[in-house]
Amino acid sequence: MKKYLHVFTIGLQNTMAYRFNFFTRILFGFIPLMGTIFLWKTIYASKAAGESISGYTLQGMISYYLVITIVDAFTAVSEDDWQIAADIKDGNISQFLLKPLNYLTYRFTLFLSGRAVYTLVALLPVGIFIMCYRHSFYIPVHVSTLGWFMLSICLTGAMQFFLSYTMALLAFWVAEVSTFIFILYAFEYLAGGHVFPLNLLPPAIVQVLDFTPFPYQLFFPVSIYLEQVSGAELARGLVIQSLWVFVLYGLAKWTWSRGIRKYSAVGG
Amino acid sequence: MNINEPLPQTRALRFSRYAGIYSALWKNSVIREMGFKTNFLLWMVVELLWFSLQLVFVSVIYLHTENIGTWTKWQVVMLMGCSHFIQQVFQGFFFVNCSQLPELVRTGKMDFMLLLPVNTRFVVSLRNVDLGAFFTAGSGLAVMFYAGSRMHLSLEPIVCIGFMILCAASVMIHYSIMFLLASISFWTVRAQGVIFGYYNLFNISRLPDEAFQGGFRRIFSFGLPLLLVVNVPVRFLIHKMENMWGLVLLLAMSLVWLIVSEICWRYSLKHYTSASS
Repeated sequence: MKKYLHVFTIGLQNTMAYRFNFFTRILFGFIPLMGTIFLWKTIYASKAAGESISGYTLQGMISYYLVITIVDAFTAVSEDDWQIAADIKDGNISQFLLKPLNYLTYRFTLFLSGRAVYTLVALLPVGIFIMCYRHSFYIPVHVSTLGWFMLSICLTGAMQFFLSYTMALLAFWVAEVSTFIFILYAFEYLAGGHVFPLNLLPPAIVQVLDFTPFPYQLFFPVSIYLEQVSGAELARGLVIQSLWVFVLYGLAKWTWSRGIRKYSAVGG
Repeated sequence: MNINEPLPQTRALRFSRYAGIYSALWKNSVIREMGFKTNFLLWMVVELLWFSLQLVFVSVIYLHTENIGTWTKWQVVMLMGCSHFIQQVFQGFFFVNCSQLPELVRTGKMDFMLLLPVNTRFVVSLRNVDLGAFFTAGSGLAVMFYAGSRMHLSLEPIVCIGFMILCAASVMIHYSIMFLLASISFWTVRAQGVIFGYYNLFNISRLPDEAFQGGFRRIFSFGLPLLLVVNVPVRFLIHKMENMWGLVLLLAMSLVWLIVSEICWRYSLKHYTSASS
C-alpha cells in the first residue's frame, strides 16, 4: 500500500508540472459549454415561460450541463489511455513485469492523482462559472442526495478508468489504438448523455441504452444530483452501476492476462 | 534570410517549383497512407461516427422544437454538413501538420525543416496530406445535398462558385488559428493542448449564429470569427443573408488572421532554440 502512496505523490508532482496545460484546457472547455447553453436558451425563448422539454425547464437544462462539467472534472480519463498504449508499444511495461508492482493498480493510482490535481485546478474556474449561472443552478433539496451523488461519482470514475484501460490494452494486438479509443469516446459522448440529457430520446431507445454501461458513466450520477431518481430507483441504479464496475474490472483483468501472453518487449 | 535565396527566380518559375515539391509530398503521403490500409479506413469510420453524432444531436433537438431562432431543421443540418465539409478539407491539407509542429519543436526536428531550401512555413504546414479527410469531406457535401433537396433549394452555378470561395476563406481561418495555437506552443505546452484548443474553439462554429447574443457574438464574429466560418457560407448558399457585410467580413477576416498567424510565426521562429544535442 505504501508503495502506491508513493506512486500517488509522484503522479501529483508530474501532473502539477502541467498545471498550466490543465488550466488552459479547462478554460477552452468552457467555450463549447457556453455554446450549448446559448443554444438551449434560444430554444426555450421560443416557448412559453416555464414550459419544459422532457421534464427539463431552462434552469434544469442549464444545471444538467453544469453538473456534467463537475462529474467530468472528477472522473474523465484525460491522457491515461494514451500513456498506457504508449507504454505497451514502446516496451515500457517490461519494467513493471519485473517490479513488485501491479500495473493496473499503478495506473489506477496515477489516474486518481491526476484527477485530484485536475479537480483542484478546476475548482476555481468551474466555481466562477457556476456563480455566473447561480440563478439557474439547481441545489438539491435533500442533503443525502449529495452523498449518493459522490458515491455514484466514485463508481463512475472506476467505470471510466477500467473501460479506458481495457481499450488501451488493445495496443497488445494492434499498432494503432487511437481509432478504437475515439470510437469508444463517441459512444460515451452520445450514450452517456454528454451531448444532451438522455430522456430527450424516445423512451424505447433509452430502454435499450440502459443495457449498456454508458448511461451509468455520466447520465446516472447527474440525474441523482438533479434528484430525478430517488428511492428504489436510486438503489437499483447504484447496484447496476456497481455491477458494471465489477464487470469492467473483470474485463480489464482478463484482457491484461490475454495481452501479456502476446506481449513481446519492443526494443527490450 | 536573403543569403539562402538560390538564384533570382521569376514568379512563374517559383510557383512551378513549389507545385512540383507539393506534388511530391502528395505522392509520399499517399504511399504512406496505403501502407496502413486498415488504419486508414478506421479513421474514416471515426470521422463518420462523430459526424453522425452531430446529426443525431440536431434531430433530437428538433424532436422538441420547431426552430432555433429562425433556423429550421434542414437549415441546421445544412450547417452541420457544411461545418464537416470545411473542417475535413482543412484536415486534409493542414491538420496533421499543425498538430505536429509542437512535436517538431520539442524534439528539435525543426532544425531539419529550417535547413531545407524552401519556405519553412510551406513545408511545415503542408508536408503531410490526410487523404481520408477528403473522402469524409464528401460525406459532408452529401448531407448538404440531401438537406438542400429537402429544402427544395435550387443551385445556381454562380452561388456554388461563391460558396466555394467562402469555404476556402473559412479553411484559411481554420488553418491560421490552429497554426497560431501551434506557434504559441513553441514556448509552452504539448501537442494535445493545441488540438484540444482547436476542437473546442471550432465546436461552436457549427451552431446557428442566432443562438448567440451580445458580447459573446461580437467577440466570435469580429474577433475570433468562429461564428462566421460556417454560418456565412451556408447563409449565402440558402439565400439567408441579411446583407452583404457578412461576406466581406469573412473574406477580410481570413486575410487578417493569415497575417496575424504569419507575424506570430516569425516571432516564434526568432525565439527558437534547438532542443537536440
